[in-house]
Amino acid sequence: MPLFLDDDQTALQDTIRDFVGEHAPVKHMRALRDANDATGFSRDLWKSFAEMGFTGILIGEAEGGLGLGHVEAGVVLEEIGRNLSPSPFLTTAVAAVATLKGTAHAARWFPGILAGDTVAALAIDEGAKHRDSVGLTAERSGNGFKLTGKKQFVTHGHVADLLIVAARTAGSADDAAGITLFAIPKDLANLTATPERLADSSIAARLDFDGVEIDADAVIGDVDGGRSPLDRLLRAGRTGASAELLGVGGGAMDMTVGYLKQRKQFGTMIGSFQALQHRAAHLYSEMEVARAAVIKAQQLLDANSDTADTAVSVAKAMTAMATTLSVQEGVQMHGGIGMTDEYNIGFYMKRARVLAEMFGDANFHADRVARAAGY
Amino acid sequence: MTDLDTFRAETRAWLEANCPPEMREPIRTDKDACWGGRNPDFQPGQKEWMDAMASRGWTVPDWPVAYGGGGLSPAETKVLREEMAAMKCRNPLNSFGISMLGPALLKYGTEEQKLDYLTKIAKGQIRWCQGYSEPNAGSDLASLATSAEDAGDHYVINGQKVWTSYADKADWIFCLVRTDKTTKQGGISFVLFDMASPGVSTKPILLISGYSPFCETFMDNVKVPKSQRVHDENKGWDVAKYLLGHEREMISGMGLASSGGNPLIEGAIATIGLDHDGRLADPLLRASIASFEVRANAFGSMSERFIDELKAGRAHPAQPSMMKYYGTELNKSRHELMMAAGGSNLLEWESESSRGGAEARAWLRTKANSIEGGTSEVQLNIIAKRILELPA
Ligand SMILES: Cc1cc2nc3c(=O)[nH]c(=O)nc-3n(C[C@H](O)[C@H](O)[C@H](O)COP(=O)(O)OP(=O)(O)OC[C@H]3O[C@@H](n4cnc5c(N)ncnc54)[C@H](O)[C@@H]3O)c2cc1C
Ligand SMILES: Cc1cc2nc3c(=O)[nH]c(=O)nc-3n(C[C@H](O)[C@H](O)[C@H](O)COP(=O)(O)OP(=O)(O)OC[C@H]3O[C@@H](n4cnc5c(N)ncnc54)[C@H](O)[C@@H]3O)c2cc1C
Repeated sequence: MPLFLDDDQTALQDTIRDFVGEHAPVKHMRALRDANDATGFSRDLWKSFAEMGFTGILIGEAEGGLGLGHVEAGVVLEEIGRNLSPSPFLTTAVAAVATLKGTAHAARWFPGILAGDTVAALAIDEGAKHRDSVGLTAERSGNGFKLTGKKQFVTHGHVADLLIVAARTAGSADDAAGITLFAIPKDLANLTATPERLADSSIAARLDFDGVEIDADAVIGDVDGGRSPLDRLLRAGRTGASAELLGVGGGAMDMTVGYLKQRKQFGTMIGSFQALQHRAAHLYSEMEVARAAVIKAQQLLDANSDTADTAVSVAKAMTAMATTLSVQEGVQMHGGIGMTDEYNIGFYMKRARVLAEMFGDANFHADRVARAAGY
Repeated sequence: MTDLDTFRAETRAWLEANCPPEMREPIRTDKDACWGGRNPDFQPGQKEWMDAMASRGWTVPDWPVAYGGGGLSPAETKVLREEMAAMKCRNPLNSFGISMLGPALLKYGTEEQKLDYLTKIAKGQIRWCQGYSEPNAGSDLASLATSAEDAGDHYVINGQKVWTSYADKADWIFCLVRTDKTTKQGGISFVLFDMASPGVSTKPILLISGYSPFCETFMDNVKVPKSQRVHDENKGWDVAKYLLGHEREMISGMGLASSGGNPLIEGAIATIGLDHDGRLADPLLRASIASFEVRANAFGSMSERFIDELKAGRAHPAQPSMMKYYGTELNKSRHELMMAAGGSNLLEWESESSRGGAEARAWLRTKANSIEGGTSEVQLNIIAKRILELPA
């Protein structure tokens, strides 16, 4: 398969570009932020995503979805990134769907996702940095389990209808085995969600599980066998976050190159200065290489390839590095106005920082690439 | 099975039967690369492998059959490359004819020129060198001064080229000459001639690596028939630029890890060792290598994407400049890390254990990657102007 979008994927890109550009451009995010919106995204917009079929992008046609893959989901996410659109698309339509697909949970949760009524959140991280360890415990209790522990950086966790929780049913925090993944509904007793606004004005919750009773049928896959669905979740989430980063980095680069052709100093356009030209050209190169890494990971994931996992880590690390460069150069080359809240380039910098952390930062993934290569 | 699956199975079987075992060993030194030519210096297996591949047109799989190529589609060419990589088959023939002159002749050559030169390139019969740079025309190549006087049916060429790689080993040269002194780019013509022509002489230049892979080339009243000019008189700059695009593609390939294993990682493990967690025992070097490997890995996908887009006619015409810039800078980083990982073992310049300082010499050689074929700065200028359309 060639490493570029085919005709159908390009057509989808045109549709989604127009749609997001019209309904959720950067000023949509700015408006939510200025209104101090407590949800963190627009439920109406999520409904329209559903009407366009996008929320079912990874759901099979037989189940009412579009039956498409990670390349297509990435097309959507890149536009979300480019427009800085707050959306539960990544957690819900990509990560949660990829996790629940083919399990008993699909029948329960997919209709709500297809209808744009259900929003999912992923309760994975327990410390400030994403790690492989899982410490929150799930003890057998009655017919089900009792969850005790804390999670953080749970995007949309304060409003989610569906929570996917990684818990420990055996062994200790750093063991690879003994993890169980759960799909649980909202409004359970002894579960407190504290919404925290992040630097990019998105909202992530800190979750406190203080002996939360859940049914046994909340288990995704097998008890103690959670590593496999969790890996499915992480691969989808990381690939999706990479595509969104590509949109953020690409959007910042386009703004910056546009500004270089517009701003005059010393009697000429600043884009004519070679010091800036070379930096812009270097940035372009990094973004191109990042784009290749992302489509490679998406295609391998869609093909269920054994090498997908390393490709996903390469994509996440590479997009984090390239996009970080893009937003830094962006603010710098805008000069003083790049520091102002009124100008959008700063929003790109903030969003890039959040996405770079999500599901493991560039160092985390470079470490995985190294371990996979045996050093 | 699709046609492509059938092709893959047949290709694998044929390679298995025809690629000699020596030709599946990693390339270690310059001599391991097969260049063909009139005075070849074959190592065991090289000739058999080159001839076997040439018999199917697979030294140039995507060229038309009429010119010695394999006539393969882009998809088939990709399959062939994948199968060769999987089996660690060496490139059967290294050649400036294949990577540089060939594409330019395919685009600009007359039918006669194509039939003659391309077939010989495909079979590895003629080894070519590139006469572009002059002492006063480097990055500003179009200021070249080597002159070609019109003498009826031929030109008389006088002047000097420099940095001509393998000029002393090459059979023929593709050369930029000035046919009009009144304009710059518009006064250049592109000619081909035999290095054995009267009046051609070469003088090797010693490099920091201790090797002399390139030369000064002198032309003293060299007669070149006009039939050996490619494209119109004074239109040589179009051919030169087109060829440079292909040269940059080839050089960008240096950013890719070689098909046989990963010498950087293997070398680092061998000298430094792993700790009890299986990590390289020098954490800072490990971090540098890991960040490098993310980029190198991503660039591997970029190369694949670039070729796919090129074959589909979707690549930006200046994209080879990005590939050249990124690939060569990456290759320099790789060799810096290899030297750091190898420590004082790799500083030995002559010892047997260092294979005559092979690694150190290769490290020094890579420094030219971002100079030859147009410097990194020139590539960045091209990206800025032609892709980002920044003002002059
Ligand atoms: C937080 C903050 C506090 C400030 N406080 C003060 C203050 O107290 N008093 C005050 O007077 N000013 C103040 N400034 C203004 C500051 O000095 C200017 O922002 C700065 O000089 C850059 O000018 P500019 O913003 O117009 O950017 P521009 O000059 O438009 O520069 C845009 C980009 O082009 C680059 N560029 C411009 N010319 C060239 C060139 N010839 N070659 C290569 N690159 C070039 C710049 O480096 C920059 O990256 C402040 C700015 C900020 C952000
Ligand atoms: C190993 C090797 C093999 C080679 N093989 C061949 C060959 O086979 N045939 C052949 O014809 N040539 C060959 N070359 C020559 C090569 O193409 C030239 O060296 C190259 O084009 C640079 O020219 P120069 O050496 O004159 O450097 P210069 O042009 O003098 O450049 C010096 C420095 O100035 C910078 N610079 C120049 N112009 C600009 C600008 N506009 N903006 C910013 N920076 C600039 C350059 O990037 C460089 O860093 C080879 C070179 C090497 C090192």
